[in-house]
Amino acid sequence: MVGMLAEGFLVSMQIFALTLVGAIPLGIPVALARMSTFGVRVGRFKLRPLALIARFYISVMRGTPLMLQMFAIYFAPYYVFGIQLTADSKWYATIVAFIINYAAYFAEIYRSGIQSIPRGQYEAAEVLGYSRLQTFGKIVLPQVVKRILPAMGNEIITLVKDTSLAFAIGVAEMFSTARALVASQVSMMPFAIAAAFYWVFNFVVEIVLGRFEKRLDYYHD
Amino acid sequence: MGQEESRPNARPVVSIKNARKSFGGVEVLKGVTLEVRPGETVAVIGASGGGKSTLLRCATLLEKLDGGSLSYGDIAVAREQGGRTVYAAPSAQRAARERFGLVFQNYNLFPHYTVMKNITDAPLSVQKRPRGEVEQQARELIAKMGLEGCEDKVPCQLSGGQQQRVSIARALAMNPEVMYFDEPTSALDPELTAEVLKVIKLLAAENMTMVVVTHEMSFAREVADRVVFMDGGVVVEEGPADQVIDHPREARTQAFLRRISE
Repeated sequence: MVGMLAEGFLVSMQIFALTLVGAIPLGIPVALARMSTFGVRVGRFKLRPLALIARFYISVMRGTPLMLQMFAIYFAPYYVFGIQLTADSKWYATIVAFIINYAAYFAEIYRSGIQSIPRGQYEAAEVLGYSRLQTFGKIVLPQVVKRILPAMGNEIITLVKDTSLAFAIGVAEMFSTARALVASQVSMMPFAIAAAFYWVFNFVVEIVLGRFEKRLDYYHD
Repeated sequence: MGQEESRPNARPVVSIKNARKSFGGVEVLKGVTLEVRPGETVAVIGASGGGKSTLLRCATLLEKLDGGSLSYGDIAVAREQGGRTVYAAPSAQRAARERFGLVFQNYNLFPHYTVMKNITDAPLSVQKRPRGEVEQQARELIAKMGLEGCEDKVPCQLSGGQQQRVSIARALAMNPEVMYFDEPTSALDPELTAEVLKVIKLLAAENMTMVVVTHEMSFAREVADRVVFMDGGVVVEEGPADQVIDHPREARTQAFLRRISE
């Protein structure tokens, strides 16, 4: 039983890892678009198309259930483009849905971090002749990473548990396995073991995040 | 101090002419002209809101002029055209930035960098100078600023006076032709103020060209070749320190000096 759950857990971990690998970088352009001041004049109003699109994207991603987003992404290729779904479609839909959903949350965390950096840092960099890219990469980003770590920790721990949502679409991750075992064995034990898996893994996540925070603790501002 | 050596006929290092700047309809600079010659130390004094900091921010390209012109030696950064200021291409602005350094009131050091890296990073990654030379110069500057032993510390481990001296070293490491100081001691208590003023005096003695916005009258009297009194967005009076501070002619200068000596 534990072996079967462990197998399911490996699938959960794949969802977890692929989501982080995709969403952590994807959040950056979304955050930058959300803050972009690029605008076009429409009559008396100044329209900021990039910021507007990013706001809408973030609003939909945060404002609707991840489970529904998975279904939408799973069925969209068939209903919109008439593409035949295959056995792998569920898996891809899950990963894509998780990545674009979490990228929205990460983008807002990045934005809060970037906006918390004092203006003086940008001005000092500007006077010293740093390019905009250098200013962002060398001065702003490292300070942002330190500031957002606690908030990112929250999301990452939530993500570990959210992987169980993939059961709704029929991906055989640990929660689906646990449900099946509970039904066949008429025992709650598989749920208890699954809970232990989640908790132990999150305990490890907490330790890793703590290490990161400690490493960045060499300065305060 | 630098008075004998300053060359009144030499081409100005920086030349600001008829500078005008408004923020949301309020005119903060109403036609200010300031030229600084090589080796000269200019102290800019005046009440808050008189336009001193705005002048410095326009000179350092942190703010753009609405009217008037700005040039650094042969680089015309901004010139007036039909009553409006037109700025030169970004490449010319970059070239101009190489010629000045700015020391902020609240230091604005990079908190995640060590003292050494704060000083060496821009020379290495902006000016692309060789590491050996940059680090050698940084060590000399650290010694000059009395910061030996602080090389590997981060700003939060230093006192305010030490942080301000690091930021002076950071600006000097770029080898600027002129140094601007924007109220460099306003955030410091008297004891720490003294150690910062000491290094600025040291630079004046070495004939560094400097513009210092300050509230420290005794310091201005001691180091400045020229004192500029600004009020209400204009230069009210300027001249040698003993004239402007000790024998002001203008009523507004007299009133200001009376107010701050109370």
